Amino acid sequence: MTAAGILSQFLQAGLALALAPLLVGWVAMCRAWLANRSAPPITLPYRTIRKLFAKDAVVAHNASPIFRLTPYVVFGAMVCSAAIIPSLATEVPFAAAADAIALVGLFALARVFIALAAMDIGTAFGSLGARREMFVGFLAEPALLMVLFTASLISGSTSLPSIVDTLAHRELAIYPSLAFSGVAFTMVSLAENARIPVDNPATHLELTMIHEAMLLEYSARHLALLEWASALKLLNYSCIGLALFFPFGIAGGDGDWGAIALAVPALVAKLGAGGFALALIETVSAKMRIFRAPAFLGPAFLLAVLAMLVHLLLGS
Amino acid sequence: MDFSGLGIPFAALPSPLDARRAPVGSGQLVPACRLAREQGARLAALWTSDERDRGAGFLLRVALADRDGYVVLEQSLPDLPDVRFADVSAVYPEANRMQRAAFDLVGVAFDADDQRPWTWMAAWPIDRYPLRRDFEASPAWQPGQEEYEFVRVDGEGVHEIPVGPVHAGIIEPGHFRFQIVGEKVLRLEERLSWVHKGVEKRFESMPITEGHRLAGRVSGDSTVAYAWAYAQALEAIAGEPPPPRAAWLRALALERERIANHLGDLGYLGNDGGFAFGLSQFSRLKESLLRTNASLFGHRLAMDYVVPGGVARDVDAATLRALDGECAALARELTTLRGIYDEHDGLQDRFRACGRATPELARALGLCGLAGRASGQAHDLRRDRPVAPYDTLDVRVAGRTDGDVAARVAVRFDEVAESLRLVREIAAALPDGGVRTALPEVPAYRTGLGGVEGWRGPVLVALDSGPGGTIRRCHPHDPSWANWPVLEHAVIGNIVPDFPLINKSFNLSYSGHDL
Repeated sequence: MTAAGILSQFLQAGLALALAPLLVGWVAMCRAWLANRSAPPITLPYRTIRKLFAKDAVVAHNASPIFRLTPYVVFGAMVCSAAIIPSLATEVPFAAAADAIALVGLFALARVFIALAAMDIGTAFGSLGARREMFVGFLAEPALLMVLFTASLISGSTSLPSIVDTLAHRELAIYPSLAFSGVAFTMVSLAENARIPVDNPATHLELTMIHEAMLLEYSARHLALLEWASALKLLNYSCIGLALFFPFGIAGGDGDWGAIALAVPALVAKLGAGGFALALIETVSAKMRIFRAPAFLGPAFLLAVLAMLVHLLLGS
Repeated sequence: MDFSGLGIPFAALPSPLDARRAPVGSGQLVPACRLAREQGARLAALWTSDERDRGAGFLLRVALADRDGYVVLEQSLPDLPDVRFADVSAVYPEANRMQRAAFDLVGVAFDADDQRPWTWMAAWPIDRYPLRRDFEASPAWQPGQEEYEFVRVDGEGVHEIPVGPVHAGIIEPGHFRFQIVGEKVLRLEERLSWVHKGVEKRFESMPITEGHRLAGRVSGDSTVAYAWAYAQALEAIAGEPPPPRAAWLRALALERERIANHLGDLGYLGNDGGFAFGLSQFSRLKESLLRTNASLFGHRLAMDYVVPGGVARDVDAATLRALDGECAALARELTTLRGIYDEHDGLQDRFRACGRATPELARALGLCGLAGRASGQAHDLRRDRPVAPYDTLDVRVAGRTDGDVAARVAVRFDEVAESLRLVREIAAALPDGGVRTALPEVPAYRTGLGGVEGWRGPVLVALDSGPGGTIRRCHPHDPSWANWPVLEHAVIGNIVPDFPLINKSFNLSYSGHDL
């Protein structure tokens, strides 16, 4: 553990907290541009969060402690994930505490709490959203695990820093297994982050919502935390994807201050490109019927399995 | 229609729609309706009025339409306790809510099983009836809480989801009660009337020559259709048709209203399918059309453009000359956008086989207008009962038989294309002359019937004149009355998240229905 490692650790978590709303704002901006509309300011998510923190929270009379606890659990889970994903440097001291499987576990923890909270109040929309969220989750999680397993097999470890270290410092060549995993991971990320084609983050139609339906009963600081947590989740998924499939620019584990300084603009540039790609996918797709989700996430799982088989059989 | 077997005579009814009136005695109403239905007639409207001040008790009128025109059955009931009208919904199921609304407003019950209130929402005491002539509202009345009996579905895993009347988006209020198992809709029941504004009562305090302004606000998206239908009814009573140029300009405004609404709907249908690109493109086209409207008619929606005796002003000549180019450009863009919609797998997957109203269902429940034409009910007043200028324009009526969201989208595309053609023809062949004539004094105690094919469907206005240029009774009838119940059936078996898309594909009026 070096000083640079500690620094990059805190820099990474702090940067994730600060950048997450910007990423959401950037995607919204790109979507507006692609639809020929003038875009909302990129800082809108920050203003929304600030506005929500300044409001008085309204909580239903029959809310149990789970309902009040959930925003903190979800937000905490997302901050923890942000801390263990090697987005800037592969020397991440905290990452020793949790590997790739624990990361999926952290996401699952957040999902379970938010689904429980949604059902807690007993409104129809909350339960509907929770049910759909679990439906999407049980299809997406195995695929995500398979993607991470393939990456683990390549590096021989489930520790995220060693996976990224191996991937970042391998010879530049096309790895078919990574290509398959990359496609699978993109599909899982769309579903997990409530994006089109699985969910529509911009809709106001209660009956079609998945993620938003679970937040309907929240207000003020609770909602702010949950909004921030969703932004963090999007950033985390983006960072995992970038670390696994585009690990260029991530500093190594040798305490090189210069490399860490360079890793920040590299990450921002990659996130910018990723956000634009996300907006592009969302613009050209329509939202699919909820029961098409298996037809969308099933292939994601198959591709992830294929990636693993390719790796095992071809060793590439 | 031929009621000779029942011995019911016909009398003339002032209207440009080949309308006749047929007074029926007690016991004849349902047989007459049944006979009319066997002859292929559809229910067009049902309304009641209080005629006790003229010693005629309560009057029920049932407007039926077939290929010969309209027939308005009229039945009077004396003002006695416990008298009831016969149940028209036994023949025409869509009469159910019209009858309940009629009871809430006038206070004469129908002999039907379903006696739940429809328009009444505890805003006034349950034993007061606003459309009675001796009705006096009191500021002391406190709004109450009405308990509406929804039909519940029992069974393992069946849930009830109440939606609305307050929605997450800025849309009109309607309450939808779903009975679902999993995501599948077993039953949907609508509860409307949240925007009851007392429009029909308000008419009765207006001069008859001013009523077109209120008619034009019954449902803002159909302002031209309502104002024109009102003007038709009034002009029929007064016996003074509008000058030719005015009639053509009204048609110009009506077709542009149809284009604007269809463009908006096409955009929102894409958006509800998660395809925001469609919304921004169609909104752009609609906006430029509305701006042209503003310079043509002096109002983006042509509100108050149609007036009794003609239109409010002549159109701007320069804008009129530019219409041909505007329509051609719009038609080109539409062809491109239609290609994008048709070839988008994700969108077509959402549209096809979604919210199906089969032609059999549509015929049984009287689905009309745009939604009807998507379900094999090829009726269009512009072709079936053409008034000038439609008698010379030869309107091609769009039609599909699938009855799903895709069919309603296709009908909209077809109708926009046809309306663009009509706008170009109207602009090219617009006759010269004045645009407004003064109406002679309106005779008292006459009834006129006007009807216009609005973008949503046939808009009817039945107008009774009172003494001294007053309105005695005015019933504007929106096509949504017949189409709302069909939506309940079209949703059955679909999944819950498809409802907003299905609802949007019908895009029915709340305001025009709740009155």
